Amino acid sequence: MGNKSGQGNSRVKTEELTLNMGPQHPATHGVLRLVLDLDGETVVKCTPHIGYLHRGVEKLSENSTYLQVLPLTDRLDYISSMANNIGYCTAVERLFEIEVPERALYIRTLTGEMARILSHLLWLATHALDIGAMTVFLYCFREREKLVDLFERLCGARLTVTYPRIGGVKSDVDDEWLDDLYKFTEEFPTRVLEYETLIDKNRIWLKRTKGIGVISAEDAVDWGLSGPTLRGSGVAYDVRKFMPYGVYDKLTWEVPVGKNGDIYDRYRVRMEELRQSNSIIRQCIDGMPAGPILADEPKFVLPAKEKVLEDMEHMVHQFILMTKGPQTAPKGEIYVATEAPKGELGFYIVSDGTGKPYRMRVRAPSFVHVSVLPKLCEGNLVADVIANIGSIDIVLGECDR
Amino acid sequence: MEPLEIAEKLKQAFISEVVDISEFRGQVSVTVKRERLLDICHFLKVDPDIKMDYLADLCGVDYPERRFRFEVVYNLYSLTHRHQIRIKALLPSDAPTIESVIRIWKGAGWHEREAYDMFGIIFNNHPDLRRILMPEEWEGHPLRKDYPLKGSETWEYQDYEEAQVLHTSDDEWNIGSSS
Repeated sequence: MGNKSGQGNSRVKTEELTLNMGPQHPATHGVLRLVLDLDGETVVKCTPHIGYLHRGVEKLSENSTYLQVLPLTDRLDYISSMANNIGYCTAVERLFEIEVPERALYIRTLTGEMARILSHLLWLATHALDIGAMTVFLYCFREREKLVDLFERLCGARLTVTYPRIGGVKSDVDDEWLDDLYKFTEEFPTRVLEYETLIDKNRIWLKRTKGIGVISAEDAVDWGLSGPTLRGSGVAYDVRKFMPYGVYDKLTWEVPVGKNGDIYDRYRVRMEELRQSNSIIRQCIDGMPAGPILADEPKFVLPAKEKVLEDMEHMVHQFILMTKGPQTAPKGEIYVATEAPKGELGFYIVSDGTGKPYRMRVRAPSFVHVSVLPKLCEGNLVADVIANIGSIDIVLGECDR
Repeated sequence: MEPLEIAEKLKQAFISEVVDISEFRGQVSVTVKRERLLDICHFLKVDPDIKMDYLADLCGVDYPERRFRFEVVYNLYSLTHRHQIRIKALLPSDAPTIESVIRIWKGAGWHEREAYDMFGIIFNNHPDLRRILMPEEWEGHPLRKDYPLKGSETWEYQDYEEAQVLHTSDDEWNIGSSS
């Protein structure tokens, strides 16, 4: 802690001090530690410290078979584990050249957008709570609960789903489940309108978000930002449009883009994304084709559970795939990106032909977004640090891996 | 441009630097020597036909049996032209140093810190090269292939007795009882 007079207003004596924020501070959205050098209420320097949730996912992946890695990816962005599973499976499928059945792609696209809504709802709830809007927090969790219940009915898990599989998905969806999801999509736009009624033109909300934490389009690209954080600055980069996967290229939807690159624009982009995701889900339900949900690739894809219980050959296949990994993996390397709720989630996999990835690198959007925090916070007030952390929507599980 | 065209254009500009060009699943990797990496990256970013303005990812890879043990991998993407390419710089095991690309892409800073933390690769002219995920006093670089999965020494759980003492009064709260 220093003690010298500040340079600002000559009549006000300010004191420089170093403030530790986190890693237990609730507004850091996880175990993020910021060391803030303050001059009065102004942040002179902001130094993020991460790694408190580092579990060595990449090292573990390099010592696990391709299928054993799947549950590890759930624990990256644990708010939307489905999106991580989809990202990883998409990368491995492209590495192995597996053609996924269309029904499985529709189901993945649908569940991936459910994960996006889940993530954005939790973001809105906590971000609003950080800034002081308690009611929004309660409203968001009301809708979130319905979607999480649907996940539970789908695969038995609410948080870490591990539902997609390499080559497809674990189990099929039934009509009753799709009907219930469709009912949710009918009422959800009204709910989004409710949230907006609460804060969209709220004077306090506008004061706390307009013109705060501005990052220009050029800087955002230079820093490698992605997802709504980048789109809030006016750059219409969305992996789903630029490098389509799933069935996004068959559906009609827009990429919401901001203008000013401040906290308010990032908030608006995510609110519009809630509507777009809702529309994508409806289109997926309407166009859901019949057919298998797993690719017919015995060398890479797990056999159906009922077949494993029936005959020896399938049981041996499953045993080998789970314990030793695919025995005919190609040699090569691949970088595949998907649009997770937080931004570009990339998997760089190097295969040496064995059943385990030789190198697996996770390009996590939160990791990149935390790195830009000093730029957003320095020169602003200490209260804006909280708003800035919320606006970039970080999850430390993904950041620390 | 097609990725192979970009690679060919790069090879023409830096003929003595490009070691290898390989293609796999439609993605092209260009292996380069490390000496002129900054010039190569600058060329890829400013050339109007290539314009790799987006550093998607930067990471290290360890190949202990190779003469050039480490690779620094740059996955680049052009938001303008929507094409991608991968650059791989070779580093020897006795001097794993390479120039930092922060001057080209600001976002490289933390990726480089992680490569230093996990592989021990030194990035010259990096403004703040320190560990990022592991504690400052940590010894070794976890993602190197010779680093054991369970850490560098046998770690035993030593708090078992303390935990037992802590739970001696559990009965008072009927924990574990069926009634």
